[in-house]
Amino acid sequence: MKEKRQDKQFVWNRKHLLSLRELSAEEITYILDTAKGFEEISTRSVKKAPPLRGKVVVNLFFEDSTRTRNSFTLAASRLSADVIEFTEKGSSVAKGETLLDTARNLEAMGVDIVVIRHSAGGAPKLLSRSIKACVVNAGDGFCEHPTQGLLDVHTIRKIKGSLKGLKIAIVGDISHSRVARSDMWAMTKLGAEVVFVGPPTLMPSQVGRLPVKVSYSLDDIIEKVDVINMLRIQFERLGGNPFPSVREYSHYFGLTVERMKRAKPDILVMHPGPINRGLEMESEVADGEHSVILEQVKNGLAVRMAVLFLVNQAAALGD
Amino acid sequence: MIKNGRVIDPANGVDKKCDVLIVDGKVAEVGKIKKPVGTVIDATGKLVTPGLIDIHVHFREPGDEEEETIASGSAAAVAAGFTSVVCMPNTNPPIENETDVEYIHRKGRQTRKTHVYTMGAITKGREGVELAEMGFMAEAGAVGFTDDGNGVQNPAVMLRALKYAAMFDKVIAQHCQDNSFAGSGVMNAGYYSTILGLPGMDALAEEAMLWRDIQLVKKTSVRYHAQHISTAGAVELIRAAKKSSLPVTCEVTPHHLLLTEEYCAEYDTNYKVSPPLRTAKDIEVLKGAIKEGLVDALVTDHAPHLQSEKELEFLAAPFGIASLECALGLYVKTLIEPGVLDWPGLIRLMTEGPAKVIGIDKGTLGKGKQGDVTIIDPDAKYKIDVNKFRSKSRNCPYNGWTVTGKVEKTIVGGEIRFSVNDL
Repeated sequence: MKEKRQDKQFVWNRKHLLSLRELSAEEITYILDTAKGFEEISTRSVKKAPPLRGKVVVNLFFEDSTRTRNSFTLAASRLSADVIEFTEKGSSVAKGETLLDTARNLEAMGVDIVVIRHSAGGAPKLLSRSIKACVVNAGDGFCEHPTQGLLDVHTIRKIKGSLKGLKIAIVGDISHSRVARSDMWAMTKLGAEVVFVGPPTLMPSQVGRLPVKVSYSLDDIIEKVDVINMLRIQFERLGGNPFPSVREYSHYFGLTVERMKRAKPDILVMHPGPINRGLEMESEVADGEHSVILEQVKNGLAVRMAVLFLVNQAAALGD
Repeated sequence: MIKNGRVIDPANGVDKKCDVLIVDGKVAEVGKIKKPVGTVIDATGKLVTPGLIDIHVHFREPGDEEEETIASGSAAAVAAGFTSVVCMPNTNPPIENETDVEYIHRKGRQTRKTHVYTMGAITKGREGVELAEMGFMAEAGAVGFTDDGNGVQNPAVMLRALKYAAMFDKVIAQHCQDNSFAGSGVMNAGYYSTILGLPGMDALAEEAMLWRDIQLVKKTSVRYHAQHISTAGAVELIRAAKKSSLPVTCEVTPHHLLLTEEYCAEYDTNYKVSPPLRTAKDIEVLKGAIKEGLVDALVTDHAPHLQSEKELEFLAAPFGIASLECALGLYVKTLIEPGVLDWPGLIRLMTEGPAKVIGIDKGTLGKGKQGDVTIIDPDAKYKIDVNKFRSKSRNCPYNGWTVTGKVEKTIVGGEIRFSVNDL
């Protein structure tokens, strides 16, 4: 009996967090439970804990980011790590130094954890194959944004207790959204039913093979969902002219006060930020009683502390 | 004199155990030869075939000699049994006038390995706007024209190229890819591009351009060759074109017969290639097309790249697979072992077939033809090892694969230019 219980004891053994697609439900839940434990630190007067003391975390950001980068910086410092900010715009090719050369240089400085954001899907994976440090994906192209996915399910779980059986709509530019992908993996693994909502021109290739439902009508689904996550229209990623005008997009896919009247009374309204107010969401909704947007930001900190803590621990076990 | 081999010469309908006599660089006789003359090679248990021909290689010279040179590429070619290759003109600068064509030929002759032919660009700078000097290039010996790496996007420019080429009896070859559909894609558009978060190239990009070109061929009746077709839809278009007796030919690469989009799942850039790796269904249809006789040539599209370039992000790395040196074994694996083709069928698509596409008097062991011969051990099993490649590049996803069918000797113009014992 005793041995059996030991077998069941969960051990986190990933030294990288690259995607949620590759995680099991158990692993995701473990991160969320760990995050819960870290929330208390932020309520102390001295907001610090020692687990990463003496460790070096680098924020290697090749794309613009404010909240994710700051959130990682704050998470690392609350765990007492030293943080280097490395911000470089543009692709590695344009710059003349390759991603791997940059990473090897950082490694030579003794970096323990690399938090990377990059415009190319798979860049964190490439890095993880080539350096010894832990790699945490802070967003790669339109592949994944794992910590956003984690903080989204963490937020839902804290309020709703569990994701099992919940109906969740993710609305907007699905094809270029790493948030939609990470959310989809995390939410479906935890038992929720996900529906992607948006115009067909913003749905990814062979969306039918993903574990989600697809709808082209926000009006059809607004009454049915427990959670609605409104994606930001990423004008910088949109190629061509996937919808005729912002006005027409808002007409079909904007979350308006009018539409909210038909929603369930306990619906949660989410947004990964930054919001284009008046475009994907009216201000009254963004700031309204159902909005958990600032909760998401707060939970992001705890989740990122948990991730940094766990990958570092796995690296130590590996050594 | 090569004795006792199984001589396979599809162009002449030969498949029998006999001898081949080469005198003064030409085929003198195929049959039972009583009295041995000169050097005698015992080919017992081996296949003796016309020298293999690959009409789609990139030797990167001029411009990217650190990736490959005509010398290194040619050494790789003879080691793989190829006695003739056709270089693509997407060098730096591109091959777009007679001086460029002569440069490739001179380098090839100096290397003294394989016959080196080249195609010229259809348009200046391969930009798809103004026609390149096709006439002068044809006179200098270019065997055809292509902007390979790019498809000619503008239909009016393509029509003009086909019309103009009617003066020279040369083939116009096309890398079928409509950029308005393919966009910035780096792999096949589908489930895998979606979950990997990479921009996809829809099969439509290939099919739309091929469909368009076939309409243009109907108007001009100039020989047209669809390079490296990769989709089930493209096969359908080729079938219809051939049924209407249009002068349309096509080629297929080993990677489009062996690898699927799924191989990109780990972001390994050795699987980044254009046209992209497609689906199992496409492979099945391509094999069916080969069996049906719709495919004219097998080509490698040997596209060497530096390790440092292939170490980039999947989005940023260059397209291309270097597979010249293991081509034969790969074809055996994908075509002979599953019974799609027999040996004469395979050899036809590596000799007579490609020779006809580019209109050269090669690929046969007919009397008086050039003495280009490849001797193959059909049963030799070996493990592909990129570090043994004569090619300068290592971007080969087949490293470590075990394949059957190895080249023993390569004879070019009656001269032994490669022998497996030379190693």
